[in-house]
Order: sequence, then C-alpha cells, then structure tokens
Amino acid sequence: MVPINYYIILSAILFTIGVTGVLIRRNALIIFMSIELMLNAANLALVAFNSVLENFSGQIFVFFVIAVAAAEVAVGLALIVEIFRTKNSIDVDQMSSLKG
Amino acid sequence: MTLDLILFLILALIAVASALGMLLSRNAVYAALFLVLNFVTVAVFYLLLGAPFIAMAQITVYAGAIMVLFLFVIMLLGAENLPGITNLRSIWFPGTLAMVLFIEAAYLLIVKARPTGDVLQPEAVVNTMDNLRQLGTSLFSDYLLPFEVVSILLLVAMVGAIILTKKEKGVR
Repeated sequence: MVPINYYIILSAILFTIGVTGVLIRRNALIIFMSIELMLNAANLALVAFNSVLENFSGQIFVFFVIAVAAAEVAVGLALIVEIFRTKNSIDVDQMSSLKG
Repeated sequence: MTLDLILFLILALIAVASALGMLLSRNAVYAALFLVLNFVTVAVFYLLLGAPFIAMAQITVYAGAIMVLFLFVIMLLGAENLPGITNLRSIWFPGTLAMVLFIEAAYLLIVKARPTGDVLQPEAVVNTMDNLRQLGTSLFSDYLLPFEVVSILLLVAMVGAIILTKKEKGVR
C-alpha cells in the first residue's frame, strides 16, 4: 500500500520543477512546457485525493483541466508563432515592447 | 517494502528525472520528448490510482495531441537549439524562490492538511467499464453545465488560434 502522502510529495516536486522552469529558462517554448508540467502535477494530486475519497469529482476536475490545457496550448502556440514571425526570436527577454 | 512501494518509487524516479531533463536540456526537441516521457509516467500513476479513463485521456490528449503540436511548432520555427543556462549567477534567486515554494507546499499539504489513508491497491482497481459508466453518468448529470462551458471554451480557442495565425491581407 502506498500512502497518499507520497503522491502529494511527488506532485509538489513536479510542480516545483515546473515553477523553476518558468523562472530560469528564457525560451518561450520551454516556459510553456513547464506550465504544462505544473498543470500535470496538480492533476496528479487531484487523482490521488480522488482515489482516497472514492468519489468521482476529482477525476472530472482532471478531465476539465485537460480540456482547458488543450485550449491553452492551441492559443499559446499560435501566439508564439506570431511573435516569432515579427521578432524572429522566441526569447522572452526580447519581448519588451508593447507594439510589435 | 512491498511491491507497490517499489513500483511507485521507480516510477517517481522516472517522472522526476524526465522533468529535470526537460528543464535542463539544451535542445527543444529533447525537452519535448522528455516531457512526453513524463506524461506517460503520470498516466501510469493514474492507472495505479484507479483512474483508467483519465490515464487514456492523458496519453491521447497530452502525450499525443499537445506534444505533437509542440514538436510541430518547434520544427516550424526551427528553434531546436537553444542557448542553455549560461549565466549561473542568475539562477540562485529563482532557485531559492522555487525551494521556498516547495517547502511551503509540502508544509501546507502534509503538515497542515494532514491527508491520511492509502491509495487503492493496483489489484483492487475498479473495473474499467464500471469506472467509465460512473464517470459518464456523473459528467452528464451533475457536471453538465461545466461540460457545455468547456465545449464553448474549446470552440473559442479554436477560432482564436486560427485568427492569430492567419496572415492579414493588405496590412503588410
């Protein structure tokens, strides 16, 4: 039997790695992947709690989170492509002007 | 040490190592593939936790659709080779922030919330069809309105992505 604490700690570790990725990387694509990692860590915690509580709310929340993540990726990647077209770079340090 | 625990530890090691690989890799394609490995590992965790539908959705949507989109954009932009983390001195501040966040999260989740109990044993995982039926019933009765809202959200995201990437005529 695996205690739920282990799953929660694993989820916290994955979330922290995602936050670190957002903070230390300057590439927009890697930052985006780190955000996906954070969403995934939250999902893992939800499913772990769901498994202890034995109802289905946690799984349904995860279902919604996956749908929102899909929408987010579609729009975000479109934005990154558009930024690359105007600036020829996806370094977030260079996105300093409001007008392209 | 039971077999469950050994399985959990090995999978946790793979998940953390692939996340770190994504974080530190210099090549964007490698980063994306490390993230796919991480998603598949998390899908196996979902199976162990008795959520087969979520596990399959994870593999098809995350590891399949989303990461293929990522790889497609990486290759479209030709941005495979990234500058690595060159300035080591700029890491310590975000690293400290992240460590503080981790300690806070662990404190809140473990010490304050004090979750107890064990997760389902793999052999006690509910029957797949049973799980699917209950999940579907719950989704289409109690959570019908959020479900419809999600469908509208996906439609808006689709329209937004098309409009953002469309070339404007006559402007440039």
